[in-house]
Amino acid sequence: MMELPVDQTMPEKIRADQIGLDQTTVDLSAVTQSLVASGPEIIIIIGACTALMLSLLPNPRQNQLLAGFSVLMILLAAAMSFFLADYPQTAYAGMFAVDSFSTFFKMILYLGTALTVMMSGKYLLKEGIVQGEYYVLLLFALVGTMIMVSATDLLLIYIGLELQALSIYVLTGFLKADARSNEASLKYIILGAFSSGIFLYGMSLFYGLTGTTNLSEMSSELSNQGLSDPMLTLATLFLLVGLLFKVGAVPFHMWVPDIYQGAPSPITAYLSVASKAAAFAVIIRIFMYDLMALQPIWIVSTAVIAVLTMATGSFVALVQKNIKRMLAYSSIAHAGFLILGLVAGGKDGMASIMLYLLVYTFMMVGIFAVIILLNRGSAAGEPIEDFSGLAKNHAGLAFMSLIFLFSLAGIPPTGGFFAKFYLLAALVDKGHVVLAVIAVLLSAVAAWFYLRIIMLMYVHQPVAPTELQISPSLKVVLLIATVGTLLSGLLPAWLLDFVAGSLPQGIG
Amino acid sequence: MTDALMTVPLTTALFMTEWPILSLLIMLPAVAALIVPLLSGNNAVRWFTFVVMFVDFMIASWLLIIFDNSTAQMQFMESLPWVPSLGIAYKLGIDGVSVLFVFLTALLGWVCVLASWNAIRQRLKEFMICLLAIQSLMLGVFCALDLFLFYVFWEAMLVPMYLIIGIWGGDNRIYAAYKFFLYTLVGSLLFLVGILVLYFAGGRTFDMLTLMEVQYDFDLQLWVFVAFLIAFAVKVPMVPMHTWLPDAHVQAPTAGSIILAGVLLKMGAYGFIRFSLPMLPDASHYFAPLMLSLSAVAIVYGGFLALAQTDIKKLIAYSSVSHMGFITLGLFTFTINGTTGAVIQMFNHGITTGALFLFVGLVYERTHSRDIPSYGGLLKIVPLYGIFFASFLLSSMAVPGTNGFIGEILILAGTFGVNNWAASAAVLGALIGAAYLLGLYRQMLLGPIRVPDGSNMWDLNKRELCCAVPLLVFIFWLGLYPKPFLSILQPTLSHLLGQTVGAAYDGVAS
Repeated sequence: MMELPVDQTMPEKIRADQIGLDQTTVDLSAVTQSLVASGPEIIIIIGACTALMLSLLPNPRQNQLLAGFSVLMILLAAAMSFFLADYPQTAYAGMFAVDSFSTFFKMILYLGTALTVMMSGKYLLKEGIVQGEYYVLLLFALVGTMIMVSATDLLLIYIGLELQALSIYVLTGFLKADARSNEASLKYIILGAFSSGIFLYGMSLFYGLTGTTNLSEMSSELSNQGLSDPMLTLATLFLLVGLLFKVGAVPFHMWVPDIYQGAPSPITAYLSVASKAAAFAVIIRIFMYDLMALQPIWIVSTAVIAVLTMATGSFVALVQKNIKRMLAYSSIAHAGFLILGLVAGGKDGMASIMLYLLVYTFMMVGIFAVIILLNRGSAAGEPIEDFSGLAKNHAGLAFMSLIFLFSLAGIPPTGGFFAKFYLLAALVDKGHVVLAVIAVLLSAVAAWFYLRIIMLMYVHQPVAPTELQISPSLKVVLLIATVGTLLSGLLPAWLLDFVAGSLPQGIG
Repeated sequence: MTDALMTVPLTTALFMTEWPILSLLIMLPAVAALIVPLLSGNNAVRWFTFVVMFVDFMIASWLLIIFDNSTAQMQFMESLPWVPSLGIAYKLGIDGVSVLFVFLTALLGWVCVLASWNAIRQRLKEFMICLLAIQSLMLGVFCALDLFLFYVFWEAMLVPMYLIIGIWGGDNRIYAAYKFFLYTLVGSLLFLVGILVLYFAGGRTFDMLTLMEVQYDFDLQLWVFVAFLIAFAVKVPMVPMHTWLPDAHVQAPTAGSIILAGVLLKMGAYGFIRFSLPMLPDASHYFAPLMLSLSAVAIVYGGFLALAQTDIKKLIAYSSVSHMGFITLGLFTFTINGTTGAVIQMFNHGITTGALFLFVGLVYERTHSRDIPSYGGLLKIVPLYGIFFASFLLSSMAVPGTNGFIGEILILAGTFGVNNWAASAAVLGALIGAAYLLGLYRQMLLGPIRVPDGSNMWDLNKRELCCAVPLLVFIFWLGLYPKPFLSILQPTLSHLLGQTVGAAYDGVAS
């Protein structure tokens, strides 16, 4: 009887007691099971620590060594995830899930991070910023995103979010001599902290309302309460805003262009691919799966945000002169499109977001690989004129860029088209035809700036003589990106099956 | 209806040839496009492309010969699952309408290669790759029986055409290429949304033949019709969505103009025939007055615009707007004469306007001028060129004995009685057409000899004759003995009108 007021005012203490209680009756097999379930994360953490130590050894080929080692570690983790995919389970007292859904996203994350690492080698040499920490931080960022996609508890999601964000803050400022890079890093820290604060506030409100941070417990608690509590609306919106911040949705997109432009190009690629995928994984898990019941609260505002995001991204990109800044706005526009999948909801909405993110990884990494290849030192910036006359001397490279750009514009038979098509189908299926019409009209606007680069490549003369040295690893990146972009458009059936098999339980 | 359904398996079995002949037709240029980069030497590239296109043309001719005139069923059907979970299949087949356009496309394909033989001097390889790619995609559009597949072909076609205009075009090519691409893209994307609406309303399948059997709500039909209308009206082009056409035509290289006028413009009208009329019959009837008015406006307005031009290509481009007006006019009369005339006129327009653009290209190659007043008396210095050009102009004018006459007379016969105002406007348009085409003829071919400064003229060489003669043959063949073509169309168009008018009698028109 006396404990009741304590329960309400000091829930943390009760929780701590419970954990303490668990520790006395610790089950060794549960610990082992948890360790195995989080095996891929542990592999990457060990890899990151080892890389840190390796970077201390004097070695003339340190850069290549570390890049190779990082890729190896990612492959190991991928193999482990692949193995674990057959044994869906929860670990760490229900905070951490190994399911087909998280495995799917981990595959995107491995792919995105590994390709980023492979793009980085030459770039770091060219910019003169070879430091072992680069790879270490990238691996830690990977762990952060992996935790995000596997976590089924708001606290753990937050920890993953912060681990990833802190690593990326440093990586964004890695071009120490470049003022823009420093500025980007500082901006990212401040705005990132701000958005984390919003997320945390939403989380604490949820905790106050339901007494738990575990998503599935929260879900059953909410189904008892109903949605009438105005505080619930506030909590939902805070949580959503925190996450929309991370994916760069309008009006929380202000950080995106500066950070994309200032960060080293491989990191920009990583941001637009892996960070975004992880954030969307969290959005899907919270808003489309566990707390699906909250949909009436956010659906209208989210639809508005999606349209605003697409419009802003598409129109502002038209006037950009810097390729990375342009792609930043393009990635905002794509984020808007993805948010439409959230509005569509249901099985198809979810699957279309997942498919889109996978295809997006290929095409975005591909175009960034070309940008990195064309980079003439960060002092020159990355004007879109870098692409001028590319077809003249490098027909193959220009053709690959053509594929990536048309895929980004959503022209068949590329993967970008199929991803857009599937998302539109999900929207129309749910009766959101007007939204679909707005989306296609805005994507016609967006097509203009991709066409502009294609024109530059094929019609204009080269501005400066370009001698491109394509490193073998960059070649592999380009090859994977091209094949991925084309195959996902030509033979989408297996991809679709893969996505359908990766939906969370009870949805598929 | 049920009878038709029951006979499908039997006829499918009958016409399912051992060879996937349509796939062969479509894939041949596509595979060749992959081989071109491996060739060395410009001549090798030219000859290789030509041979591929010609073989493709032979296959298409063979198709026309073995085509069964007695049925409206789809023939040479092929079907493979593509994305089964979404009901998407790789499904091909042709009926009387599409077989004609497959043939037209294949014919113009090798003509385009010959027309670009010397005209394209830069990046020849890339150019031929674009030609082969667009050839494959255009054939795909006419053969596709799956809406998704159709859309993929339809939209992917923009890419090579965009490059052809943008890279090898005239001085203002970049603007023209953007305009072409964005106009068409907006239309296509709305088309995509319309397709998706049909897909869900028709039971989650993209199979055209299945979707044609479904009776859609009237409201749904209206909305989808509008979405389709925007897509097809841009492609046709119908006034007021025609402004991209003069720019694209003037800037495009000769081969690009031939493809644009000969095949791409047909796709809009083909879209009406394939989707709007059979799938959305009630909406087609509802919008018919609008379509007839727009067509009449296009005929007259396009004619007046053409009358005012001094650039040969612009003149022919605006004449296309006018002539395509005839085609949409014929289609939306829902009479057998009107629709037959429209389809015949689509074929004619491809041959005639293709030929006109070819001949403009030939003279431009020699003089680098498209300014009409700077020419005169060409008949005296290049008689062969003059005779051919004159015949094509007469055909465009629809003089009896040429193909144009057959098409226009059928369309007019269909329109009078349905809508006399539109028919009168069409007659007026035909008169204006005679005015500007005869004006062009008089200025360029008759009178004192005049050629642009510093240019030398020479008559047609063998290569150029090779392109011109087949086109001329078809002009007189269709003009003098159109029966084989009409009999190919007859069953298909009767079936189409059955789908369109039959449904409408239960619905709005009653």
